[in-house]
Amino acid sequence: MSSVDQLLKTPLHQWHVDHNGRMVEFAGWSMPVQYSSIIEEHVQTRNSIGMFDVSHMGRLYFSGPRIDQFLDSLTTRRIAGVQCGKIRYSLMTNEAGGILDDVLVYHLPNMAGQAFHMMVVNASNRDKIVSWINSWIGETGIHLDDRTTETAMIAVQGPRANAAVKQLSDVDPDSLDYYTGTTTLVCGREAIVSRTGYTGEDGCEIIVDNEHANKVWNEVFELAQSAGGGVSGLAARDTLRLEAGMPLYGHELNEATNPAQTDLNFAIQMKDRKFVGRSSILAARKDQSLPVRVGLELKGRRAAREQCQVYNGDTIVGVVTSGSYTPTLEKSISMAYIDPDFARVGTPLMVDIRGKSNPAMVVELPFYHRS
Amino acid sequence: MNPEELLFAETHEWAHIADQDGGKVATIGISANAVEALTDLVYMDLPAAGTQVTAGNSFGEVESVKATSELYCPVDGEIVDVNTSLPDNLEILNSDPYGDGWIIKVKLSNEDSLAKLLDYAAYQKQCDEAH
Repeated sequence: MSSVDQLLKTPLHQWHVDHNGRMVEFAGWSMPVQYSSIIEEHVQTRNSIGMFDVSHMGRLYFSGPRIDQFLDSLTTRRIAGVQCGKIRYSLMTNEAGGILDDVLVYHLPNMAGQAFHMMVVNASNRDKIVSWINSWIGETGIHLDDRTTETAMIAVQGPRANAAVKQLSDVDPDSLDYYTGTTTLVCGREAIVSRTGYTGEDGCEIIVDNEHANKVWNEVFELAQSAGGGVSGLAARDTLRLEAGMPLYGHELNEATNPAQTDLNFAIQMKDRKFVGRSSILAARKDQSLPVRVGLELKGRRAAREQCQVYNGDTIVGVVTSGSYTPTLEKSISMAYIDPDFARVGTPLMVDIRGKSNPAMVVELPFYHRS
Repeated sequence: MNPEELLFAETHEWAHIADQDGGKVATIGISANAVEALTDLVYMDLPAAGTQVTAGNSFGEVESVKATSELYCPVDGEIVDVNTSLPDNLEILNSDPYGDGWIIKVKLSNEDSLAKLLDYAAYQKQCDEAH
């Protein structure tokens, strides 16, 4: 993708351009990395409302028989038998246990009250996951419909987010439990509303057809502004998820990493289940040599970035996968994969930041808890 | 300082050349365009006075929330002064990039690199074309 013209554009693209969005290539899409200050866009999400265009995320809809059992066979977390209305964060693994993606599996009612399944996948993995799922569909009679480019997804996050969306939605997001959702009307248009997000704040996400995206976005924007919030770009989304200790595919998660290393045990359910990659996860859990995901807090304001090496004395004991100075905590924090002998909370380590050694300590994840 | 009287590197550093003690001293900083593009500056790493610097080579780094950028020296010489209060007051780079936001002063060992620097108009043209 060399030319900007070849990039995919969300239905809100022109709005971003018109509102000073700094557009960058991200996973084949032209996306706003920031509009003004990343710190302000981060802080408004923690204090009020930050709204994000996350339409680049892949949205895959399923139809056919026994979809829950089919998806259950490809995910680390139980999907079969999950009640309608619920949304499950899960990993998808290949036979070797390598992580193909981290996904949300939705089992929601449509407007007529009939249950359906959909999945939200990372933009960078959409083509891979569509091919992967299709390779397992075989004679199941299941059909995968990739509606990513026909729909928009708007994340409204922060302590005042649900109260704002409530004014536009037939369903009050606060009436939904955390990680549940439904199909309803938002600004009079059919939409999926879910109490989900990737910022560590309460809030919701709205999925609407492209033709209604600007209408919903503009109305949410007006409410966000009057609540002291506004739009936030992908850079703020990254610092928010980092503070919240949430992994990002391509950084903390990849095909060379096994779920057993990720400290995401809530998303791995082994008992009485069969799924692709299960035996490799069992084996990895017994392997005490594999590095594990931890949080690091660094001394000073200098950020460790991806690929910075972590030392105990003169020995390399791990590598940083994400790092930044974080606006809420006003500290330099990182996620890293560390030799389990040095992964205990409180362990002092050193991080090599571009040739300079910087003291760090293993700390609990997440770095930030909302109050 | 008036930016129109400064020289600029393609890498967004500015230099003001003055006569001093029979030689030439360059005051060096980064442009308002660079400060705006970086946004959210959180950290700056500076060298000590006495350090020898070479045109086109890094003399320090500035870090924003999003990324780290090298600071490239536009001239050859020896660092004779460092704005040590700057790293703790990075907002000065926003309010006064061509004045109190100066970063280092370099006593020139030669003037070879000056010819490669841009005047203000040429530098602005480069910035405009990047958009």
